[in-house]
Amino acid sequence: MDTFIQQIINGLVLGSIYALVALGYTMVYGILGLINFAHGEVVMIGALTALTVIKLLANSDLPGTLVVLIGLLAAVPVCMALGFAIERIAYRPLRLAPRLAPLITAIGVSIVLQQLAMIFWGRNYHAFPPILPTSGRDIGGAHITDVQIVIVLLAVAIMAGLMLLVNRTRLGRAMRATAENPQIAGLMGVNINVIISATFLIGSALAAVAGTMVSANYAIAHYHMGFILGLKAFTAAVLGGIGNLPGAMLGGVLLGLIESLGAGYIGDLTGGFLGSHYQDVFAFFVLILVLVFRPSGLMGEKVAERA
Amino acid sequence: MSAPMLEVRDLHVSYGGIAAVKGIGFEVAAGEMVCLIGANGAGKTTTLKALARLLPAQGAIHYAGHSILHRPVHALIGDGMTLVPEGRGVFARLTVAENLGMGAYCRDNRAEIAADLDRVYGLLPRLKERAPQLAGTLSGGEQQMLAIGRALMSRPKLLLLDEPSMGLAPLMVQKVFEVIRSVAAQGVTILLVEQNARLALSVASRGYVMESGTIALSDSGPALLANPKVREAYLGE
Ligand SMILES: Nc1ncnc2c1ncn2[C@@H]1O[C@H](COP(=O)(O)OP(=O)(O)OP(=O)(O)O)[C@@H](O)[C@H]1O
Ligand SMILES: [Mg+2]
Repeated sequence: MDTFIQQIINGLVLGSIYALVALGYTMVYGILGLINFAHGEVVMIGALTALTVIKLLANSDLPGTLVVLIGLLAAVPVCMALGFAIERIAYRPLRLAPRLAPLITAIGVSIVLQQLAMIFWGRNYHAFPPILPTSGRDIGGAHITDVQIVIVLLAVAIMAGLMLLVNRTRLGRAMRATAENPQIAGLMGVNINVIISATFLIGSALAAVAGTMVSANYAIAHYHMGFILGLKAFTAAVLGGIGNLPGAMLGGVLLGLIESLGAGYIGDLTGGFLGSHYQDVFAFFVLILVLVFRPSGLMGEKVAERA
Repeated sequence: MSAPMLEVRDLHVSYGGIAAVKGIGFEVAAGEMVCLIGANGAGKTTTLKALARLLPAQGAIHYAGHSILHRPVHALIGDGMTLVPEGRGVFARLTVAENLGMGAYCRDNRAEIAADLDRVYGLLPRLKERAPQLAGTLSGGEQQMLAIGRALMSRPKLLLLDEPSMGLAPLMVQKVFEVIRSVAAQGVTILLVEQNARLALSVASRGYVMESGTIALSDSGPALLANPKVREAYLGE
């Protein structure tokens, strides 16, 4: 029983992170109909930027929590600038090109960013310095650290804020209008380039937060962490219904839970033949199942209309 | 006489090498309602899209005395020129109220916007009843009303209407045209594109007849209604 609750807790933490990243995929898809495969690399650069700042300040007198907060606040503008630049340089010139062109470009951008990160940060794993409190609390025989509680609460707060922005503000309304029909939105006076840039800025800010959370929770960051993380968050977005914001949140949390429970029980299920390092299998199993049986995702509408 | 509000000279528009509008010219004076009629494929929508800068064009388009040939699409509504596109183009996944709000996207005087919203709801009471509903759930006629109401929320000086009667039952067509008449009566200049030539010519003071990308005829509304060629080709007589 305690394994079960423990895996639920782990799944919620992981799922919160997936959800933040999945939102970036789904927002860009909603507006441009483009899968921004470079998004995972933005998360990676967010993680490494935050970690670099955190390591620099780790031996100072500042409290650990404040150091991590400073790292996060450094990663956010870096990722926002990066996301903005990716759209301007790589995607905007291809706005009118056939759909395959920006998709291939996205993969290219992803490779370029990974290589640049490798040159800049090296091939080694970067360990997160042990500066965060290790305190936590016990729930029904399972353990949750205070850091994990903060991760989940922060993710929930950010997502609530995003929903308010999208549903209640002038910018959000213009984003939804542009996602539905950019030409008519333009007629209404919406400068769709501004809206597209805003979408990349917001998605990248979320990526920076997610990247910092990953490195804090798993105490590690490296130049190729973005690939698998991005692919999983993309899976989460597809699971929820790509283009649908609440769907990305639901998909993220569900995927986190599936992975975590799967990893917790895979040993028992296979009689010890497969271990918890097969965790990654679940995400892609989910992706295949969704694509075969419900390509529009749990909350999405007809994808065919847009694809 | 002062310069016309809209002046088009030698306008050419093509789709990838195929000419759809071939050097047309016309003008609309301030306060006038002018209609553009013509058969399917004559180039009416193409003309309006070029005016709204949705399509690249050659020639001259002067609005309020300035060339708008290189103006970005999103700037025109702020200039006072608003297109109600063919097929309405309401945002189906936004509510009726949000759609109307999009019409006022470029404005920032909240008090004036609220007053205009009241006026639009007064003119189109149906929209008020449906305010919280998603626009995609409205009937075709209601969507046309919404598209016009949304355009009015921009306080247009020149309204470009593309086939407002399309796909509507006769009673709804009458209602839509009543609204158009009352908008014109408030002093808004209107360029109306219509398939329903009889109706268009009866409300407009002047009309142009488009034929395969050119302007074949132009005259006052009543004169075109009486013109035998027009009667035969567009009024089915
Ligand atoms: N996107 C497009 N690509 C290629 N050709 C087009 C396109 N849109 C319109 N055309 C062509 O341009 C010509 C003019 O079309 P347009 O839509 O302007 O006609 P219209 O007068 O508005 O007709 P209708 O009364 O049917 O709306 C037609 O021959 C049409 O086939
Ligand atoms: Mg047309």
